Amino acid sequence: MVLALQTLDLDKRFGGIIAANAVSLRVEKGARHALIGPNGAGKTTLVNLLTGLLQPTSGRILLGGQDITHVKPHKRVKLGLTRTFQINQLFLDLTPLETVALAVSERLGFGGNWWRLVGSRAPLVNEVVGVLERFGLADVMHLRTATLPYGKQRLLEIALAIASRPSVLLLDEPAAGVPEDERHAILAIVGALPNDVTVLLIEHDMDLVFKFATSISVLVNGALFVEGRPEEIARDPRVREVYLGEMAHA
Amino acid sequence: MKPEATHKDRLGALAARARWHPLEILFWLAALASYYLLPDKHLIFTEIAILGLFALSLDLILGYAGIVSLGHAAFFGFGAYVAGLLAKHQIVTEPLAALLLAGLAAMLLGFVTSFLVLRGSDLTRIMVTLGVALVLREIANRYAWLTGGADGLQGISMEPLFGQFRFDMFGRTAHAYALTVLFVLFLLARRIAHSAFGLSLQAIKGNALRASAVGVAVNARLIAVYSIAAFYAGIAGALLTQTTAFASLDVFSFERSADLLLVLIIGGTGYLYGGLIGAIVFKLMQDYLSALTPQYWPFWIGLVLVLIVLVGRERFSNWTRPMRKLAARLDWRAGGVSDAIGEGR
Amino acid sequence: MLTILFDGIAYGMLLFVLACGLAVTLGLMNFVNLAHGAFAMAGGYCTVILVNTWGVPFFAALPLAFLVSAGLGLILERSLYVHVYRRSHLDQVLFTIGLVFMSVAAVDYVMGSGQVFVRIPGWLQGQFQVFGVGVGRYRLLIILICGLLTLGLQLILSRTRFGSRLRAAVDDARVARGLGIRVDAVFAITFAVGSGLAGLGGALGTEIVGLDPTFPLKFMIYFLIVVTVGGTTSITGPFLASLLLGIGDVAGKYYMPTLGAFVIYTIMIVVLILRPQGLFSRGSVR
Repeated sequence: MVLALQTLDLDKRFGGIIAANAVSLRVEKGARHALIGPNGAGKTTLVNLLTGLLQPTSGRILLGGQDITHVKPHKRVKLGLTRTFQINQLFLDLTPLETVALAVSERLGFGGNWWRLVGSRAPLVNEVVGVLERFGLADVMHLRTATLPYGKQRLLEIALAIASRPSVLLLDEPAAGVPEDERHAILAIVGALPNDVTVLLIEHDMDLVFKFATSISVLVNGALFVEGRPEEIARDPRVREVYLGEMAHA
Repeated sequence: MKPEATHKDRLGALAARARWHPLEILFWLAALASYYLLPDKHLIFTEIAILGLFALSLDLILGYAGIVSLGHAAFFGFGAYVAGLLAKHQIVTEPLAALLLAGLAAMLLGFVTSFLVLRGSDLTRIMVTLGVALVLREIANRYAWLTGGADGLQGISMEPLFGQFRFDMFGRTAHAYALTVLFVLFLLARRIAHSAFGLSLQAIKGNALRASAVGVAVNARLIAVYSIAAFYAGIAGALLTQTTAFASLDVFSFERSADLLLVLIIGGTGYLYGGLIGAIVFKLMQDYLSALTPQYWPFWIGLVLVLIVLVGRERFSNWTRPMRKLAARLDWRAGGVSDAIGEGR
Repeated sequence: MLTILFDGIAYGMLLFVLACGLAVTLGLMNFVNLAHGAFAMAGGYCTVILVNTWGVPFFAALPLAFLVSAGLGLILERSLYVHVYRRSHLDQVLFTIGLVFMSVAAVDYVMGSGQVFVRIPGWLQGQFQVFGVGVGRYRLLIILICGLLTLGLQLILSRTRFGSRLRAAVDDARVARGLGIRVDAVFAITFAVGSGLAGLGGALGTEIVGLDPTFPLKFMIYFLIVVTVGGTTSITGPFLASLLLGIGDVAGKYYMPTLGAFVIYTIMIVVLILRPQGLFSRGSVR
């Protein structure tokens, strides 16, 4: 069975600091796999390695069986791997409509087309509007992203990653910073993601993790500490110690 | 509210960005009228057209892709000298053909130097582009047997355009020539700006990291737009040589690059008309100030620069609100969403 | 050939004194001051007026050039530059270009556009022979003065309290403020001293590289190259870079007259591509 996403002994060192320590992650197709761990465990580093923002010191990354270790970041998107950022990385001067249109054009292969006007292709626009409607952004789609409330921006952040129709989606703390009353929208979106999209979720919010995840990996000091199903992880005393240990120091 | 109706709105919304606004049409009609109605002003309008084209080329990389260049004169000068040499040595005598060749040569130069601006911060880009322009100026200076050195490239005589239109001393042909070239290239730039490519440039300018995370091949796009901008700048330089039958070292000068930045600051970046409007204002200002103090007008230009920065480019652009509104309506947020106009840029 | 080396060292050290103020300003406040050359020009013209017109002895005119440029720097910094610190690099570039244009035109108006010369004392002219190598007296003086200045700067930076405050502020201005260091004052003083040194360099350099109203424009690129190649995190970086450039330029122009000037431009471009933070610096580019 081909895994949706797999890493083989992935290592990343910055001088003396080991940010990723022989990480061998296995994510099955269609899984909702959560990656948890105390602060500084290296979760975002791992995501950066997976997406190509960082080059590993050693090890390999396989996407659907294909070795993408040395593939450029933007090409990985075309191969089906997208991500969201922990802190919104949006195009503040563009509107949601333009933002999603950008992602869809790139996916459809005419992102570099300089002759045809954006928006002259009906199928593209229909798809863009569809995505925006699904994410509840249709009412704000003509406004500059910078003017949107944080919750809507967060939704756009996720919509953008989805618009590229990934086979594997990396969600980096999707609910981070979102006010209480807007979190349910995020959670609903995450829960409603299509089954053919494999999701790797990084989260601190245990409610979200246990509600959503089918499998969990715990990352500590850059290494995979323990993996398993949510019930197993919840009961595992070592996990509690890792987290409690952190809280005792805090 | 019928779903189809709103869907059509949305379908139209993106495409409507590219619709011609009445003010645009007015602008070009006025430009055309200037040819017929002001026959003794051919020379200055030709200069304005050339400067506008040059500024347009910088807008493509600065306003759309966010690349800060202090050496854009490199491409202007390169095009100027190529066109001059083609004419002087009778290699290509048809002006339009020579123009295109000069543009392509500049484009090649842009392509070759584009990798220099891909990496590094704004500061690095400023210095590298400055360095490239100075290197070219030095080359032109040293190889005086080819370029005429400090005396400039002399002895150029232009054949009639299309074999028909002589470059007369009133500048009629030159004016029509420059204006037409500007218009055609402007149309092309407009097309590019409103395309998916243009959108990706704006995304790169706004957040290159995210653009790459969405699948945009950032470096490839930057190289492409840099080369296109070099093409435009080269054509502008070639136009200068062809309409004045002369090329000198100051086509590469730092002052030229600096003046160009001022033109774009005055007119505003990112909506294509900034360079054109800025060129008009700048040329008129230069004309006026040169008449007052022929030798020391750089002092006033310097003062204008200092004041604009002190006041703040954003506040300065607030004073040019009418232009801002035009900018918003031309380029952006079609469907007249008022909050977008209020933001401006 | 040794003469070339000697001349190159002299030129390099002159460049260093001229450019070190710019390096510190850039490293300290991340501020691009393209008008740095204007302070050098001020020092140069000040010396010319003092020595040629008022008959002030050369060696008395030099510290006066320093003071005038430093004072000018302080005034401009407190009144104008301070408003532009938080702006983008593009804004800073535009602002300082504006100042350059203004200063060039103003000096042109007041002093005329021709090149000016300073009357150096007779005993400084000519050369004497050391082991068969022609050693220019004036250039030797430059090496001595600039060498002493460099040593002095290094001592100030490493041994005095002001120096440690400056180094702290360069490293991390926010933390420095948090520690109670008055970063604004540090910067004003540093800017003034840097401008003063530029003025001194301009005064010394008049004899070697000439002086006319276009000096700030002509030499802007040289200063930028020193800063680019040398980095902004130390004194030694720009020092070594200046020497490299001085020798490279003099040697290049001597051995390859056609291509000589390109040597330094090429060095700059190559360095910027390979190591954007500078050849000799240890930090990352900001």
